[in-house]
Amino acid sequence: MPIRDRKSGNAAVAYAMRQINPDVVGAFPITPSTEIPEYFSKYVADGEVDTEFIAVESEHSAMSTCIGASAAGARAMTATSSAGLAYMWELLYIAASCRLPITMCVVNRSLSGPININNDHSDSMGARDSGWIQIYSETNQEVYDNFIQGVVIAERTRIPVMICQDGFITSHGVSNIELIEDFLVKNFVGEYEPDNYLLKHENPLAVGPYGISPYYMEIKREQAQAMKDSMPVILDVGREFNAMTGRKYRFFEEYMMDDADVAIVVMGSSAGTGKEAVDRLRAEGKRVGLIKLRVFRPFPRRPLAAAMCKVKAVAIMDKAESFSNSGGPLFSEARSSLYDLPYKPYAINYIYGLGGRDIRVEDFYDIFKDLYVICENDDPGDVYRYLGVRDSRYINEEQRMIYEEYHPGAARVYGKDKEAYEV
Amino acid sequence: MAYDLKKEVSKKDRLAGGHRLCAGCGAGITVRSVLRALNPEDKAVITNATSCLEVSTFMYPYTAYEDSYIHSAFENAAATTAGVEAAYRVLRRKGKVKDNFKFITFGGDGGTYDIGLQSLSGALERGHDMVYVCYDNEAYMNTGIQRSSSTPRFADATTSPAGADLPGKQQKKKDLTLIVAAHGAPYVAQTTFLGNMKDLSEKAYKAIYTPGANFLNILSPCPRGWRYETEDLAEMCRLAVETCVWPMYEIENGVWRLTYEPKKKLPVEEFLSKQGRFAHMFKAGNEWTIEETQKGVDEKWEMILRNCEISGKYKNTDPGKTEE
Repeated sequence: MPIRDRKSGNAAVAYAMRQINPDVVGAFPITPSTEIPEYFSKYVADGEVDTEFIAVESEHSAMSTCIGASAAGARAMTATSSAGLAYMWELLYIAASCRLPITMCVVNRSLSGPININNDHSDSMGARDSGWIQIYSETNQEVYDNFIQGVVIAERTRIPVMICQDGFITSHGVSNIELIEDFLVKNFVGEYEPDNYLLKHENPLAVGPYGISPYYMEIKREQAQAMKDSMPVILDVGREFNAMTGRKYRFFEEYMMDDADVAIVVMGSSAGTGKEAVDRLRAEGKRVGLIKLRVFRPFPRRPLAAAMCKVKAVAIMDKAESFSNSGGPLFSEARSSLYDLPYKPYAINYIYGLGGRDIRVEDFYDIFKDLYVICENDDPGDVYRYLGVRDSRYINEEQRMIYEEYHPGAARVYGKDKEAYEV
Repeated sequence: MAYDLKKEVSKKDRLAGGHRLCAGCGAGITVRSVLRALNPEDKAVITNATSCLEVSTFMYPYTAYEDSYIHSAFENAAATTAGVEAAYRVLRRKGKVKDNFKFITFGGDGGTYDIGLQSLSGALERGHDMVYVCYDNEAYMNTGIQRSSSTPRFADATTSPAGADLPGKQQKKKDLTLIVAAHGAPYVAQTTFLGNMKDLSEKAYKAIYTPGANFLNILSPCPRGWRYETEDLAEMCRLAVETCVWPMYEIENGVWRLTYEPKKKLPVEEFLSKQGRFAHMFKAGNEWTIEETQKGVDEKWEMILRNCEISGKYKNTDPGKTEE
């Protein structure tokens, strides 16, 4: 029988770790992921797990100990956020290129500067090209479920996995959760039995060579192939998980998309707010939909394009700025995936929620309104837009009107400015 | 157990020949000598920091190591070993690993004194059962002889060049051995290649088989960086020891012991004059640099003698035995 409980996202991940009973956990405190090693070290202190818990002196060493432990033949995991992930950056690539199946919970938080402890996706987006699988979670339930699946995905693909959840929003927010029984989790993840590892009796192993140019490129190509091959594995593990729990996990979730005219693509907890907006607009007869992307790496290019091309206009939401002057990272990739289609919907980008800026149901109304305007005018206007930001460029109303004429919808503004804009 | 050089060198080499280190390089000797101290029946996992040693001994698809080996990055060798050692503890407990493994890390002075110091400090504090060996050649040789915090004062390095205004590096060499000792590591020692290698061999054995996170600092000269003839490697080490530039001592559970005392302490010129990196110190007008160096060496030597004396062990040392 599933266990009905109430847990924060961090407590849920630590609970999953207890059930998985990993061999080695190396971790370092950083807000908002700190609670994961806190809760977990209590399980260690109470003798509920067999894990060697290494309270390291930095995130750099946290990932280094995971690399050493995983190469040695152990199941290794960790958790971090923000600057901690940034500090690990060099080693993320090494873990991936050594094909070490480490599982890490990334509790998403903005990057400095200015220093800010709240949620956005800058940290994991900064690591998007490191060769890790990246899975994003909307709710506490999802981060718990994803973390358990992540271990299996990592070990079957020999690619390390980041399970991402939104800092504070799900990491600290307590909500209802359906936990899986211990024996089922143990059975689901199984024993970690790598073919080759440093401590193997039969033969030694050398890990982490100097890869000169006659070899380096082939090694990278094999990594790219492994990432490609991980796609069916992610679906398989999702199906097996579904058989155990009844909960469905694929590359993305389509919400009210069957007959939608316009849609939003979003990752993480904001999808919940977006769904509420969809429900309310549907009640008014508006045919709006939402795609919640779960797997960002590998990027599900074809299926996502197929889902997006059902609508006339799509808003792609980025909780990270990439300073490319061409939109955020999700936008760049999602929009690029549409290129090969004979029919393409309009695709616009919103940078939103940076450093914990709230996104409300009303903000989603505005986005849907913009999408309808685009369809009506048959003109996308400025495709690279900001949501919920105070922008000094728009203080003068005359200037704002001129700007809006050429770049419709380019900025959404709060408070007094917003009222002025709406007049 | 009497030391027998013949017996030691008859052991199977755990670092195979054919690696790509330079002729006259100290790194290979350090590795081979330390690994020789392992009981032949024991297995080992060797960790490298990124270094000359790493790029010369594990160039894909060939490894020079008979044992399991891991390299991950420049600054994290100690933490990487810590992860391996933690895995060993848990997998042994679970009965998944039955062999007896020892964990030995090699890093250069750049990877140890500088960029890897935090990682080393963390591993020492946590007390993993491992040995960290610094093969100290006193500069970043792999990238082209840039100064490190281990480079001695006045040495000519590519980022502390000797010029018209500045006679080489301006700062003193960092004393890493003391920093490690301050962590309370069970066994800490300085050594180099001297005579029949008894000193190095015995220290390596103690470092490997004393439980806890132990440290060896091994002066490992580099012919490219120090600018000596490759065949003079052993002479460089001998002069470093005989001038007391590189004192040979150990700190075992807080007790200091001098393991070699020169019969007649030679002036530092004997060491400096044989190396191109100090050549500018012998130019007219730079005499003061040699005086300063001598002063620094004397002070450090006196400090070590005092500590050994305080430990009550100084009188019990057997100076000169190493040369047998």
